[in-house]
Amino acid sequence: MTVTDAPSSSKRLEWQLAEVRDVVIETYRVKSLQLLASGWQGHLPGQHIDVRLTAQNGYQAQRSYSIASPPEDDLLSLTVERVDDGEVSPYLVDELRVGDRLELRGPIGGYFVWTAEKSGPLWLIAGGSGITPLMAMLRHRDRLPSRTPALLIYSSRSLEDIIYRDELDAMVGRDANLRVVPALTRQQPKAWTGHRGRIDRATLAAHCFPPAQRPAIYVCGPTTFVESISGLLVELDYDPSSIKTERFGPSGG
Amino acid sequence: MEETPISRGFRPKRQEQTPTDRVPPGQYVTTDFPVLSAGPTPHIKVTDWTFALQLGGSLLGKWSWAQFEALPQTTIKTDIHCVTKWSKLDTTWQGVTFDDLLKEVGLSEAPAPFIMAHCDGAYTTNVPVADLIGGRGMVATRYEGLPIAPAHGGPARLLVPHLYFWKSGKWVRRIRFMQKDERGFWESLGYHNYGDPWKQQRYDGD
Repeated sequence: MTVTDAPSSSKRLEWQLAEVRDVVIETYRVKSLQLLASGWQGHLPGQHIDVRLTAQNGYQAQRSYSIASPPEDDLLSLTVERVDDGEVSPYLVDELRVGDRLELRGPIGGYFVWTAEKSGPLWLIAGGSGITPLMAMLRHRDRLPSRTPALLIYSSRSLEDIIYRDELDAMVGRDANLRVVPALTRQQPKAWTGHRGRIDRATLAAHCFPPAQRPAIYVCGPTTFVESISGLLVELDYDPSSIKTERFGPSGG
Repeated sequence: MEETPISRGFRPKRQEQTPTDRVPPGQYVTTDFPVLSAGPTPHIKVTDWTFALQLGGSLLGKWSWAQFEALPQTTIKTDIHCVTKWSKLDTTWQGVTFDDLLKEVGLSEAPAPFIMAHCDGAYTTNVPVADLIGGRGMVATRYEGLPIAPAHGGPARLLVPHLYFWKSGKWVRRIRFMQKDERGFWESLGYHNYGDPWKQQRYDGD
């Protein structure tokens, strides 16, 4: 762990305006907002930003969202799932249009981050919209000249809930070093060839990089998902310090 | 910075739930108890648990779980504020105050102005002593009258409720006094060194 002298020398992360350039419908409850932030200083795959909304009466609400785009892209992409009783996500998903402006600041978070310099294979395990920061890592990796072996285990409720499905299929199609294991927990089509049900110990044991290969592991999803998966990984003898987690609490939105 | 624009069509839903005298700016009230940690939750048996106070290389005091449970217990009701924007009101915690820990090791005052809390899972966080004494900080072992769940930091977590909640390190095992301030885990990764929610000291430079 880095120990530095406490006094800070870094600059404040200032709020900046970003313009919505495109809105992509990912699923019936998820959209990706493509933002042009002209003052953006760049980010690392896995980092997030804060978004701030201001109401007519001056009331402001802030939330954090993972960045889904890789550092190489010109537009910053946020993938947002509508939390029905939420305050910010229904606005971002249902109300925001091309040409609207948003305040944001970042990038934030220097731990749940993957870059090509990181050694070992890359093992990503996502639950629902927890795929977002992991997608930034996969998109970044996809643009690299030489790609470390990678595995994504991705759990969704149903086929309709899978975010980035076509893009993931295309990535797998052009990359022998990438495996994607989709899991559907609630509803599976008859011809479904992926995993059925929750990701359990046997799923992880069957689709993994063995501990001896010292994979860099990233787990992101709802709290119960992350608790369960990270606990199983520790039981399966993965070094706890190699398992990085990001949890989306139920009170998000 | 350009002027803050009105977000077209944005209607507050949680403004009424957000009493401004209790909820710092940029926060919203939740009734859940979200979990945030950077890695797997450690599961420690209380029979294997010890807690230590340390100054430089020397041990000031060390307790087993049973010994720690026998220390004077204090219960507080307080609001907590997470840097990820949620605040939770009226949470009740029981534990041993920092003042009582100092007394137990025979100190009338802290031997250094800063501490580093060392936790299972290699987590660390730094706090000025001034923010722990006078009843402001404790090592908590009960939440709402029950043992703290592992995901929330059990068996024992630091509690410094007037700072953002990452300062209330989960799974605390050792408090080390420091003459000079050093940065802990999140403090080294872009988060603010002090973390006052009322000043929105979320990130470095705030």
